[in-house]
Amino acid sequence: MSNDKTKKIGVYVCHCGTNISHTVDVEKVRDWAAEGLGAEGVVIARDYKFMCSSPGQELIEQDIKELGLDRVVVAACSPHLHELTFRNAGKRAGLNPYLTELASIREQVSWVHTDKEAATAKAKAVVTGAVERVIENEPLEELKVAIHPDTLVVGGGIAGIQAALEIANAGKKVWLVERDASIGGHMAQFDKTFPTLDCAACILTPRMFEAGNHPNIELMTWSEVTNVAGYVGNFSVTIKKKPRYLKEELCTGCRICVEKCPKKIVDQGYEAGIGYRKAIYTSSAQAVPKYPVIDTANCNFFQKGTCKVCEKSCPTEAIDYEQKEEFLTVDVGNIILATGYDLFDARKMSNYGYGRLPNVFTSIEFERMCNAAGPTSGDIVLRDGKTTPKTVGIIHCVGSRDRNYNNYCSNICCMQSLKFAHLVKERTGATVYDFYIDMRTPMKAYDEFYQRVLEEGTLFVRGKVAQVTDAARKASEEGKLMIQVEDTLIGKQRRIPVDMVILSIGMEPRHDAKETGKLFGIGCSANGWFTEKHAKLDPISTMTEGIFIAGTATGPKDIPSSVAQGSAAAARVLNMIMRGEVTLEPIKASVYQGQCSGCRICNSLCPFNAITFLEDRKVSEINPALCQGCGTCVAACPAGAISGTGFSNDQILAQIDGLLMDVTLADA
Amino acid sequence: MSEQFEPVIICFTCNWCSYRAADLAGTARMHYAPNVRLVRLMCSGRLDPTFIMKALSGGADGVLITGCHPGECHYIEQNYKAQSRWLLLRRVLKGLGIAPERVKLTWTSASEGTKLTKDINSFVEEIRDQGPLAWHKNLQQEKQEKSQHNPQQTPVEVTA
Ligand code: SF4
Ligand code: SF4
Repeated sequence: MSNDKTKKIGVYVCHCGTNISHTVDVEKVRDWAAEGLGAEGVVIARDYKFMCSSPGQELIEQDIKELGLDRVVVAACSPHLHELTFRNAGKRAGLNPYLTELASIREQVSWVHTDKEAATAKAKAVVTGAVERVIENEPLEELKVAIHPDTLVVGGGIAGIQAALEIANAGKKVWLVERDASIGGHMAQFDKTFPTLDCAACILTPRMFEAGNHPNIELMTWSEVTNVAGYVGNFSVTIKKKPRYLKEELCTGCRICVEKCPKKIVDQGYEAGIGYRKAIYTSSAQAVPKYPVIDTANCNFFQKGTCKVCEKSCPTEAIDYEQKEEFLTVDVGNIILATGYDLFDARKMSNYGYGRLPNVFTSIEFERMCNAAGPTSGDIVLRDGKTTPKTVGIIHCVGSRDRNYNNYCSNICCMQSLKFAHLVKERTGATVYDFYIDMRTPMKAYDEFYQRVLEEGTLFVRGKVAQVTDAARKASEEGKLMIQVEDTLIGKQRRIPVDMVILSIGMEPRHDAKETGKLFGIGCSANGWFTEKHAKLDPISTMTEGIFIAGTATGPKDIPSSVAQGSAAAARVLNMIMRGEVTLEPIKASVYQGQCSGCRICNSLCPFNAITFLEDRKVSEINPALCQGCGTCVAACPAGAISGTGFSNDQILAQIDGLLMDVTLADA
Repeated sequence: MSEQFEPVIICFTCNWCSYRAADLAGTARMHYAPNVRLVRLMCSGRLDPTFIMKALSGGADGVLITGCHPGECHYIEQNYKAQSRWLLLRRVLKGLGIAPERVKLTWTSASEGTKLTKDINSFVEEIRDQGPLAWHKNLQQEKQEKSQHNPQQTPVEVTA
């Protein structure tokens, strides 16, 4: 055991009232530390009722000063509770905070064991482990890094817009990057928003406009982040600006080119496949920014070499077929990811017939259909474009709460379905059936809305729909869509004929969320949503310092929650900017380059891209600000060239020795 | 009457999941066998196989490795690296004539105090069935024999 006799260790055993002393013989542990561990450098061992109380802490401080202790072990509760308390106590007496160890004999011993003798023996072992470990502890200094005052917001949906505006209004610069041609996200496609039935465009477009014209927001649409280097406070981000084939500085947004373009195609994006757009287009007339973009895959000129109608019709000669993609590198201190969600592909549930049965619609198709500015000018009609349905079935939880697809609840589908039921009734007077598994309406004014829809006469059927089919069993079913369902409230199978079916499809993580996570060095849960630092207490931070998340990127959310998260993330970023610098925990890995063989094994192991290979010197190097201290590279280096502060090999091996000392002594 | 064999087990925990599960087991007063002693690491990825060899050669009869569930690693994917190392180590153990079952890997999230408790208890039983390893005794014996031949020679110890 590597005790160097210069260490002077104090051991403090806490009773925690009776929480510990009830099951652990505290005096015996104290005596063991004083006598059994004297040879290891323990010069004083005390027990006390409440070590975390002021007199308890003062006891330690006094001993450090009077006895010249250079290491402290407190045997008490979990380090997650009081590590900081005792580190600070040591610090007040002039001891580097990292020379104090907390041995958990409450959570790990007295609270989980009942046999006093066995518990006391284990407590001794735990204390011995901590003593052996603390001998190897080294004084560590916290790392301070400066914060660049600019921020990157990725994703221009409502959460990203909100975050960007909050920061910009506080006078700080924001880069808002959106991969689509316009900001607005899914919300821009909606007709009405529940439960207030505000028109989505009426509340969103002013925000879009504000974000697009704010002096502190640098809006980059039709752009994607391709590389992220650096660390909290000092990110360097590469953004790819895809070619719009149009000079933005010349374009006035008159949309004459869009009008004149002869190529009309089904709009799978903004119009959700039920409307058309041109080969040169903006998502809608309210798009921000106003500049169109050419869809080269469908443009006559790009495909066949002739046409150029847009170029000829543009009054300001803004069209530029030669435009190339551009790359831009910007420095920012913090990043907010508000990358949103994808919709569940209803085709996967073939029993509901979407894609095969024309009058089965998805919720997003229905949103567009309801919208006065949409393809049907707001008329609720069947796929033929003219027949008003007399009976409509709305199915909840499509792709959600289903072990075969997504096991989670998509949060918004119940309210969305209720909204649809209301709109169908209001606009067509049709009979509406609403098929739900459970009705979930927990937020402000949501359940009141449910009551309202009940009173309006929508017929609710509790049960998961088994099938939607057009195969008639009798003459009266001819030409109808039959909904087969077990009505679980009456315990009977039912077959309900309708003219139109609306599938309330759920939310899914972005198809490329994993890659995005990798790019920014953050993780995804098993379901694929970004993982928060703490699901309850820190839902907008991530494990990577300086990277925040807002909106549906972490899981299904309604608009108010997304907006709240956008503001919350902005507040966190502003907090960082105001502080000017951050302190980082000094639990870091570093390469002793004299020992590095240049094998590069560690290079690919780090999920935070903290390790770089120095080509000139053929050795690896770790950026301490990027390193999160997991220690994987430390364990992997075959040359033993990487050491990890706070959790060094010496510390861990010594602790194992200590933990097993009783076994070794007994058998010696 | 023969006494029941009480194994000593070292359990490596991850700061973010299993260590917190152990804290939770404590606050919820869930009970488990006192045979297990915990070592906290920042991540299961920190686990150097040397630590396991050190534990086994130092008197432990078994080693339990715990980490975040697949896909939930606090450091994104380092638990997978722990898993690969563990699989490799099992082969090394076999080669040394040590039952690979003495080193077990389980996943535990911070909220799974109950699971951790169960995992610990069943592992203690599994090791009880395996019987004592007593590798450290053999090592001690070896040391003694060697020092009889050559008292100057320093004993071999497992270090990183
Ligand atoms: S694994 Fe070790 S030896 Fe290999 S490059 Fe990294 S630090 Fe150098
Ligand atoms: S300790 Fe983990 S986070 Fe730090 S450099 Fe090594 S692998 Fe990366």
